[in-house]
Amino acid sequence: MSALADRIAAARAEGRVALIAYLPVGYPDVDASIAAMVAAVEAGADVIEIGVPYSDPGMDGPVIQEAVEVAVRAGVGLRDVFRAVQAVAAAGAVPVVMTYWNPIERYGVERFAADLAAAGGAGLITPDLIPDEAGAWIAAAERADLDRVFLVAPSSTDVRLRSTTAASRGFVYVASTMGVTGARATVSDAAKVLVARTREARPDIALCVGLGVSNGAQAAELAAFADGVIVGSAYVRELLEGRGADGVRALTADLAAGVRRAGVPA
Amino acid sequence: MTTTSPPQPGDLSLPARPGWPDATGHFGVFGGRFVPEALIAALDELTEAYEAMRVDPVFLEEFARLQRDYTGRPSPVTEVPRFAEHAGGARILLKREDLNHTGSHKINNVLGQALLTKRIGKTRVIAETGAGQHGVATATAAALMGLSCTVYMGEEDTRRQALNVARMRLLGAEVIPVTTGSRTLKDAINEAFRDWVTNVETTNYVFGTVAGPHPFPAMVRDFQRVIGDEARVQVLEREGRLPDAVLACVGGGSNAIGIFTAFIADEGVRLLGLEAGGDGVDSGRHAATITGGTPGVLHGARSFLLQDENGQTIESHSISAGLDYPGVGPEHSYLHDIGRAEYRPVTDAEAMEAFALLCRTEGIIPAIESAHALAGAMVLGRELGPDALLLVNLSGRGDKDVETASTWFGLGDREEVDPGPGLDTDQQPTDGAVANHEAVAGQDAGEEL
Repeated sequence: MSALADRIAAARAEGRVALIAYLPVGYPDVDASIAAMVAAVEAGADVIEIGVPYSDPGMDGPVIQEAVEVAVRAGVGLRDVFRAVQAVAAAGAVPVVMTYWNPIERYGVERFAADLAAAGGAGLITPDLIPDEAGAWIAAAERADLDRVFLVAPSSTDVRLRSTTAASRGFVYVASTMGVTGARATVSDAAKVLVARTREARPDIALCVGLGVSNGAQAAELAAFADGVIVGSAYVRELLEGRGADGVRALTADLAAGVRRAGVPA
Repeated sequence: MTTTSPPQPGDLSLPARPGWPDATGHFGVFGGRFVPEALIAALDELTEAYEAMRVDPVFLEEFARLQRDYTGRPSPVTEVPRFAEHAGGARILLKREDLNHTGSHKINNVLGQALLTKRIGKTRVIAETGAGQHGVATATAAALMGLSCTVYMGEEDTRRQALNVARMRLLGAEVIPVTTGSRTLKDAINEAFRDWVTNVETTNYVFGTVAGPHPFPAMVRDFQRVIGDEARVQVLEREGRLPDAVLACVGGGSNAIGIFTAFIADEGVRLLGLEAGGDGVDSGRHAATITGGTPGVLHGARSFLLQDENGQTIESHSISAGLDYPGVGPEHSYLHDIGRAEYRPVTDAEAMEAFALLCRTEGIIPAIESAHALAGAMVLGRELGPDALLLVNLSGRGDKDVETASTWFGLGDREEVDPGPGLDTDQQPTDGAVANHEAVAGQDAGEEL
């Protein structure tokens, strides 16, 4: 049973793709970040990717860096993350945690898996943990029945697409471009090619596309070939520019319309 | 420590590559690859090209030629008897990496990686730098081989090491001051990784130390091991015996791994890494990663690091920009784990005392980084006594540190600089140097300087 796979399948049954919104815990503060997540759920996000603040976010661009730096300085930790997980679950979306690896290793992998499951979390997205290094996490996730979402990139070889998708459960995070997080004017054609290659490597798992998506038009474009659309920096920008939960709601409405526009082949 | 018997002729042969890391870059539980999937293809390409290159006679000949004709290798070994009088009378030999072209051991590694860059057909290199030595070395190799070069340097470090920023720019490199996080080396590495993941098709990351994801720790070690390979032969030739201990400063740890590797199989030789103790490990303001840190994952590998209870990296502190790093290479964590090497902290004050002493007793201005190893030798020499033979890696020269040292010792506003062998206890420091100077003066009183 995978909470993520189920939710993505449910979206498909409605003739659309899933909308996945990333927000980090602790920006501008813990309560306000949780309020923003709940606002995204109420406005139509299916899955909330709950970000763990980390001091060295090597895969993030300036927007997310700026927000998580504030959260790190405020001492936000996994206790706050579990609170966000509970709030998102209570609001009716599927909570999945996005984290660089060290905070989990520091907390203890087994303990983290147990506590995440107890809080109602679906699993983990791990941008700097590849399956090759994830033995302890995969074993703990098995025991706690949690999803593990690994990333594939345009540079992934076919061999790696097979091994990475084989180790994944819930969905596979298809990083659409080579680079760090951040809104881009156009989502590269590479995304379409990579989705096709990844589907060939493993046809029976959902493929959600992230990196660079910021508006409904781009979401509609991706909805034509992906199973879900992941939006991060555009959400964080709403908070950085002070539009708060209202801004999050408006962005979600635009994106939610986008993922319905393409029309998904059943 | 026991004295080894005189060498058999066979002892002159170089020891083999150590039996680690494994094929996926693990040194015991340390090392590995904790990076985005997007970089795996580039790391695989680098690993494969490097493994082919390191046994390719054409490459080895070119590398040897550059080391000889361009870097000026082999670097000499110098005995420093006047300095050693302050080290309990132990005999001290310095391996003179400060005499290399560009002024430190960093050139050894970048020449290898620049050749590798050309071999895999990439036209641009990026590098991180703390003190600026690796940045200068990379800019130098890029100029030599016609590669375009971008160096990331924490904004804080660009101020501390302005001379090296100017050198890099003279050499044609673009220097980008990094304004995120603590604005030091760790943030420069983050920024370099972000550049790499974006531009990996044209760009190779010339990593400066034995840290980072596989293959960097093993590859940088192989390029740096020439230090110890040479020194082992040089010491055997002149002394007829191996040293009792080999000492080096450890930030990321490339000069230390460089000199340690040749001696790893020599069980009687102690290996001592000196970490930057800053204001003292107990003060919390230090960069002594193995002494004061815990295992975790940073910058692509599992190793010791300075972190808080949430797994956030703690900012390090050291007077030496080159050691001011909250992580350390995974092989050092492994050598610590298996007990083959020991690691001790040296405070800013102790390092600066040794810095001044080498200047005034031997006419050699060391890099402040290397002064940590000298300070360690002063302590170990007293522990081991007059029969001991210590080999210290003088990893770099101190030209870049003249301003830091002048401020520390309060030299800038004095008409005359005291010519004595050590530091006067009556020197009046100015500004922020007061507390530090008092620490030095306090030690002077008790330590026959």
